[in-house]
Amino acid sequence: MALNQTLRPGLIQLRVLDLDKTLNFYKNILGLDEVARTSDGRVCLKTYDEFDHHSVTLRLADEAGLDFVSFKVDSEETLDRMAKETEAFGYPVKEIPANSDQPGFGRRIRFQISTGHTFELYASVELAPKHPGLRNPDIWNEQPHGMGVIRLDHFLLYGPNIAEAERFCTEVLKMYVPEVCNLPDGKRLATWITGNNKPHDLAFVEYPKPGKIHHVGFLLQDWNHVGQVADLIAINRLKKDIGPTRHAITRGQTIYFWEPSGNRIEVYASGYTASPDNPQRVWDSDHLGRGLFYYEGEMIPSFLEIVT
Amino acid sequence: MDAPASHRITLASGEAFFCREDDESVFAAMRRANAGPAKSGCSGGGCGICKMKVAAGSFRVIQPMSRAHVSAQDQANGIVLLCCILPLSDLTLSPVGFE
Repeated sequence: MALNQTLRPGLIQLRVLDLDKTLNFYKNILGLDEVARTSDGRVCLKTYDEFDHHSVTLRLADEAGLDFVSFKVDSEETLDRMAKETEAFGYPVKEIPANSDQPGFGRRIRFQISTGHTFELYASVELAPKHPGLRNPDIWNEQPHGMGVIRLDHFLLYGPNIAEAERFCTEVLKMYVPEVCNLPDGKRLATWITGNNKPHDLAFVEYPKPGKIHHVGFLLQDWNHVGQVADLIAINRLKKDIGPTRHAITRGQTIYFWEPSGNRIEVYASGYTASPDNPQRVWDSDHLGRGLFYYEGEMIPSFLEIVT
Repeated sequence: MDAPASHRITLASGEAFFCREDDESVFAAMRRANAGPAKSGCSGGGCGICKMKVAAGSFRVIQPMSRAHVSAQDQANGIVLLCCILPLSDLTLSPVGFE
């Protein structure tokens, strides 16, 4: 196991256009549990199998999309060092006090990267009131409901200058890059980045507009679970984008669909086990369609065109 | 009791399709008819791919449109996301350029 200081993306705050309708989706269809509400009306949620206080915060806004993503690092010492290194890299850092806008979370540092996205790092967070068992534990305490997603897994961000964003993730966050996609001139078109053994904690696609999110990915158990989720997408008249299909990139088995405020969700199973000593896989941009949609064998236009 | 009225929606290309007043949205009816330029979209008012101008006719708004794509001023001028409206009369739509 090669954990490299940045453990995983642990928190994401999304903007939604209709809080009641969208919250109903996250709780009763996706299967998250509500943990807390903030005094300004945001709702904090987590999956049944996550330990930390919450992983998804929804904020009512007049635009859909991403407020920020937050990565958990392995210690307060790492957090202090990364704060200094982030400043030295050229991104001014702001510290957000513990237990302020995100209940249960310790201090966080916040900064904006080249792609226009707001990133955060934190080291400390309380255990959730309801978390997986610790002593002779059962596989769950309350039966997973709805789609029963296992954890917040990864996200794909669209914005300019992803080469610099990738360099920040490797140089400062000490992550590594299992797969990339390059244009004929050698420039990055897309990059898949991880700090652990997942094939990606995050990915970027080069895009002229800053700060866009393509999707948030949640983990499923296996291909059979993907099928059960496909049934629930149909039964609940959700708007499906792509799948069920397989990625050659990451090897994930997948469906993309949209939640009621238009943010794209991926449900994902069975990616490969990444390791930082493995050679990097490289995709030529004219093979990207097959890399993303292995069964279809070609690019699906909505994947490159539609973001929030 | 009469069924809800069905209205003719005409695109700048001359393509037309029908949408009922109690349909899911104009965008959903357009997709069923395989009309118009947008082949896919979030249908939740978030992504902006179905942005168009209602050049003639009346409609009602059924869900919020992201202000990243349609400002209050735009909306006052008839610019909408088709996934967020239903017709109250025949409509004529014109393109505003897809984002």
